[in-house]
Amino acid sequence: MKMNQAWKKQGINIRPGTVITGKWHRKRYVIKRRLGRGAVGTVYLCEQNGRYAALKISENAASMTVEVNVLKSLGKVQGNRLGPSLLDVDDWEVSADAKYAFYVMEYLDGKPLQAFIKRHGQEWVGAFMLQLLGDLEHLHKAGWVFGDFKPENLIVVPSPPKVRWIDVGGTTKIGRSIKEYTEFYDRGYWGMGSRRAEPSYDLFALAMIFLTIYYPTRFEKGPNPKATLFKKLNNVQQLHIYRHCLKKALLGHYQSSAQMRKEILEAIHNAKTNAKTARRHTGTRSAAPPSNRSTWKEGGGIMLLAIVFYLSSLLLPY
Amino acid sequence: MKKGTLKQILLITDGCSNKGEDPSVTATFAHEQGIAVNVIGVLDDDQTEEPEGFQEVEDIANSGGGLSQIVYKQALSQTVQMVTKQTMTQTIQGFVNQELKQILGPEQNLEEIEPDKRGEIMEVVEDMGETCDLEVLILVDTSASMHDKLPTVKEAITDLSVSLNARIGRNRFSIYHFPGKRKDIQKVLDWSPKLDSISNVFPKLTSGGITPTGPAIREAVYQFGKKSLLRSLRDEDEPGMEEARH
Repeated sequence: MKMNQAWKKQGINIRPGTVITGKWHRKRYVIKRRLGRGAVGTVYLCEQNGRYAALKISENAASMTVEVNVLKSLGKVQGNRLGPSLLDVDDWEVSADAKYAFYVMEYLDGKPLQAFIKRHGQEWVGAFMLQLLGDLEHLHKAGWVFGDFKPENLIVVPSPPKVRWIDVGGTTKIGRSIKEYTEFYDRGYWGMGSRRAEPSYDLFALAMIFLTIYYPTRFEKGPNPKATLFKKLNNVQQLHIYRHCLKKALLGHYQSSAQMRKEILEAIHNAKTNAKTARRHTGTRSAAPPSNRSTWKEGGGIMLLAIVFYLSSLLLPY
Repeated sequence: MKKGTLKQILLITDGCSNKGEDPSVTATFAHEQGIAVNVIGVLDDDQTEEPEGFQEVEDIANSGGGLSQIVYKQALSQTVQMVTKQTMTQTIQGFVNQELKQILGPEQNLEEIEPDKRGEIMEVVEDMGETCDLEVLILVDTSASMHDKLPTVKEAITDLSVSLNARIGRNRFSIYHFPGKRKDIQKVLDWSPKLDSISNVFPKLTSGGITPTGPAIREAVYQFGKKSLLRSLRDEDEPGMEEARH
């Protein structure tokens, strides 16, 4: 059966230099290199009339159509570029029995989230949280849930740095069952909720995305998954100002991204105020007693100040 | 449109059959009666090559109109739910393709239609997949070599019900294992909407030496006509019985 074949051989290998001509719209795409492989299909960098684009191709026309539907719907969410924009949808007929469906989208060139933060500093963590929550709010308001929210589906594009979504294949209508997920970021896997598409599903995954930055090799679920998650979260000093918010997201206590975004902003603001007070203390008294706040005992003060200064400049446009 | 019920057998095994009729034949019978047969072959973590006889896994699924996948233990949960969902889509798409042929002529199927127009058709397929009722009979091979894989199988089955119970449509699951004590298959759990009650049942499964896969599929097909399934469906029609939601 046809679908059976598609299921097994999910990856297609197309050599660089291959020219793909669409059966319906007759556009020519020159394959440059492979960018990645998703649950459905393979993504290639291609060139058409001197412009780069990303081309996703698969034997499974049905699944590709579903993804195109999502991209089209996201394109209709006004004023916000939620996914890459869709440029073309077509078929590639190699021979009578080798047919592939493909679509072409905007090519987003950037760095993975983790690499960017490693290179440019922790202060970006809060900024990216706010960006992602803002975009999620628009997506949820439009009636969708991202579903397969994970670092591999995000990329940071430069000038100005912005996290963009590159694979929206798991995007599911609110109220339905999540179409596609990755276990580590799935609250069902952790026993922390259902696989019904609702805003809190994405917020759980968002918390996991930021946790993964500090656990690049991920970690085991253990006999008590919930306790494992909280322990891992508590162990990351860099996340301590967001700890309360991230915990609430893991527990599914946020009904909307807007609500979480507001509390993240507050957390950042509070950290800033505390940092100022701390600075005043150390400035006036040379032998200032250590503050009661447990957060200061761990000596992240200077870094936190840096975060706060950076963020306060970023927050202006919001 | 009348809401249909999709029927599936999900066979979880780690080797080939050695008793009774050819499983491909019984899978064909199942398929002819509107029941898709999915097969998942489980490999040991240290197995680097597919053992001999695993071709059977693919053959059964092909004859049974379902999907097959060979996986390592740790990938079982995700595979089980993907295979089940993909087969639903495939079955529904099969219906839709038939309808298309009636409307548009014998040569028409999804791939022959312009990509821009496929979208609406797939939306219908997706809607149906989300809202249709589903009956899954899980058939677990408990021959001796499966013994250390059973805890993972149990986890995967519970996880399947987490995935499927997020759907809008209703689900019915039942679990059988084979070989049974005196019969070809033995009931583990009768038709029920949820699978969280299986923890107590699974450790008691005993492993045997023979693998009568063919007869097991034949017996499994009969379970779809059983009164207990009809009763469990009728009960659910009563208002206030919809526990799978909320």
